[in-house]
Amino acid sequence: MAENIIERTDLTKQYGSFTAVDHLNLKIGRGEIFGLLGPNGAGKTTTILMMLGLTDPTSGTVRVCGIDSTTHPVEVKRRVGYLPENVGFYDDLTGLQNLVFTGRLNNLSGRAATEKATELLEKVGMSENSNKKTIKYSRGMLQRLGLADVLIKDPEIIILDEPTLGIDPSGVREFMDLIVSLSREQGITVLFCSHHLHQVQQVCDRVGIFVKGRLIAEGNIGTLSGNLFAGSPYIIEVGLDSIPGNISGQFSEENMRELLKDIEGITKVENKNGRFMIESLRNSTSVISRRIVEAGGGLNFLNKKEYGLDDIYYRYFEGGEGHD
Amino acid sequence: MIFTTVILKEEKAMISTVTGKKKTGFSGFISNLLIRKKLGTDDEVVHPFRVIVYKEISDQVSSWRFIILLIIIALTCFGSLYTALTNIGSAVKPNDPEGTFLFLKLYTISDGTLPSFFVFISFLGPLLGISLGFDTVNSEQTRGTLSRLMSQPIHRDYLINAKFLAALTVISVLLFALGFLVMGLGMIMTGLPPAPEEFWRVVFFILVSIIYVAFWLNLAILFSVAFRQPATSALACIAVWLFLTVFYNIIVNLIAKAIAPSEMATTHQVFRYQEIILTLMRILPGELYTDATTTLLMPSVRSLGPLTMEQIVGTIPGPLPLGQSLLLVWPQLTGLIAATVLCFVISYMSFMRREIRSR
Repeated sequence: MAENIIERTDLTKQYGSFTAVDHLNLKIGRGEIFGLLGPNGAGKTTTILMMLGLTDPTSGTVRVCGIDSTTHPVEVKRRVGYLPENVGFYDDLTGLQNLVFTGRLNNLSGRAATEKATELLEKVGMSENSNKKTIKYSRGMLQRLGLADVLIKDPEIIILDEPTLGIDPSGVREFMDLIVSLSREQGITVLFCSHHLHQVQQVCDRVGIFVKGRLIAEGNIGTLSGNLFAGSPYIIEVGLDSIPGNISGQFSEENMRELLKDIEGITKVENKNGRFMIESLRNSTSVISRRIVEAGGGLNFLNKKEYGLDDIYYRYFEGGEGHD
Repeated sequence: MIFTTVILKEEKAMISTVTGKKKTGFSGFISNLLIRKKLGTDDEVVHPFRVIVYKEISDQVSSWRFIILLIIIALTCFGSLYTALTNIGSAVKPNDPEGTFLFLKLYTISDGTLPSFFVFISFLGPLLGISLGFDTVNSEQTRGTLSRLMSQPIHRDYLINAKFLAALTVISVLLFALGFLVMGLGMIMTGLPPAPEEFWRVVFFILVSIIYVAFWLNLAILFSVAFRQPATSALACIAVWLFLTVFYNIIVNLIAKAIAPSEMATTHQVFRYQEIILTLMRILPGELYTDATTTLLMPSVRSLGPLTMEQIVGTIPGPLPLGQSLLLVWPQLTGLIAATVLCFVISYMSFMRREIRSR
C-alpha cells in the first residue's frame, strides 16, 4: 500500500442546509478491498457520486488515481468501474449486446468489445444466458452482468454500491468470492458500499464506518473493536429458567446486581428481555455461573459474546447519535 | 454553443447510416440482427458519441410507437396525395398566377374530404416529435441505466445531445422520404417533372417541417428531464399540444371579440386591431409553421399581415421568386428556431446540473 489510489480531503457536500457528507478524509491504497459501511442515508452514495464527478462537492477535493474527479471526470471514469445500486440494463438488448455497447463506449472496436464481453460473461458464469434479453434475467444474473459490465473497461478501481441487494444468501457468497478473486488476480482496488455487515466483513481488508456524513471509525475489524470496547471488553449473556415457583423467577436486576457486586471487574448489569447482560473487564464467566448456581438460580444459558462487526456497527451508531 | 458543433460534425455521417438501416428497421427482430452484425464485425473504433447515436437511432426505429406513427403518417399522406391527384385537374384555372407551379399543388390542394399534405404534417408533426422525445431521459432513469451510462468515460452532455441528434435524424429522414415520395408519385401520375424552383420550395418546406417537429421534440425532451415518470411527461406534452392547438385559439377569439373596434373605427384602428390579433396568434409555433409553409408552397402569397388598398393597387398578381418568399417567412423561421433552441437549452442546462442517482 505504497500509493493511495483514492484520496478524499475535507470532502463536504451540502444540500441546502442538510449536510450529506461532512469533511470526509479518507485514503485508500492500491489493491486494497475497502468496505464503506453505514446505514441508509449516511452519504455513501453521495461520496461515490463525488468520486466519479457525477455531482460536485460543496468543498474539498477527491483525487482518484491522482486525478481530480471534479475537474476531470472523464479521465477518472476511464479508470473506475462503478456498479450502481439497482443496476439496470437495456431490456430489449441481450446481455452480450449490453456489454458490447458499454465496451464501445470505452473506445473498444466492435470486434474487441465482443471478444472481451464473451470472455467476461464466461468469467462471471453467464455465458449460457449471454444471448437472452436482459428483461428475462433474475436479480442475481443482473448483478453478475453488472460486474462484467464494470470489468469490461479494465478498471483500476471498482466501486460497488450495495452489490448484494436482492441476491439470495448463497448467491451473495458466490458473488463476493467472485469479486475478491478477480480483484486479487488483477490487483484491482475494490470499494464496497453496504449496510450488510456480515457479507462485507468476510472480504474486506479495511472498513470505514460512515454515519450521518461523517467517517467515525476506520481500520481493520480487530483494531476497530479494540478501540471501541476498550472500556468493557467482555459481555456475558446469562439466561435463567423462568419456571414459576422456582427461585430464579424472583431474580430481578437488583438481585443480580447484589449477587455479583463483589466480583472484580464487573461494570454493568442489565436485564434485557429476560436475559442478563453483564459487562466485565475480565473474563469472569466461571465465577458468575458459580454464584448464580449457588444462589439457587436455574442457569440454562451462558454465553460470552465475541465482538463482530455488528456490535461495532451498532455501538458506533449509538455513539454517532450521542455525539451530535 | 459547443454542442452545435458536435451535432453538425456528426450529422453528415449519420444520415447515410440511417437510410441504410431504416429500410430493414421496421421490426425489432431484424434491427437486432443488424446491431449484432454491425457491432460484431466492426474493427474500427467508433467515437463514443456516435456509438450512443447509433444505438438511439436503432432503438427509435425499432420501437413500436415509431412504427405505429409511421404507418399513420404514411397512410394520411398517401390519402392526401390521392385527393390532390384526383383534384389537380380542376385546381388549375386559367390565369392562375400559380398555374406554373403545378407540383406544389400536390402538397396544398384538397377537395374538403381530406386535408392536404402540409396540414397533415402540421397536425401529426407535433405527435411525432412528442412520441420520439417524451421519455428521452426519464426512461433511462427508471430503467436504472442512466447512472451506469454516466459512469462510462463520456461527457455528460453526450447523452442528451446524442438522443436529440438521433431523434432529429429519424425525423429528417422520415420527412424527406415522405416529401420526396409524394413528389415521385406525383411525377409518375402526372408525367411532369418538377421545375427547379418547385423542387427547392419543397426542400425548404421539408426543412421548415423538420424545425417544427424539432420544436416539439425539444419540448418533449425538456419534459422528460423535468418529470421523473415517462407517463407524466407524455401527458404534459399532450396537454401543451392540446392547449396550443385548441384552447389558445379560443382564448385569442375571446380577446378578439372583447377588443374588436366598432364599425365606425378608422382604418388605422382596424389595422392596429388586426396586428394585435396576428401577434397573439404568432406566439403559437403551429401558426408560425402554417405561415411559413403557406408562403413557401404558394408563391403568390406576398404578405402575411394585413395590406391596405393603397399597397395592393397596381400590383400584378404573380408568383414571388423563392428568395423573396424566404425573406417573407424569415421572421417565422427565426421564431421557430429560437423556440426550438430555447427548449433545448433549458433541458440541457437542467440535465447538466442534475445529480445522477440510480432509480
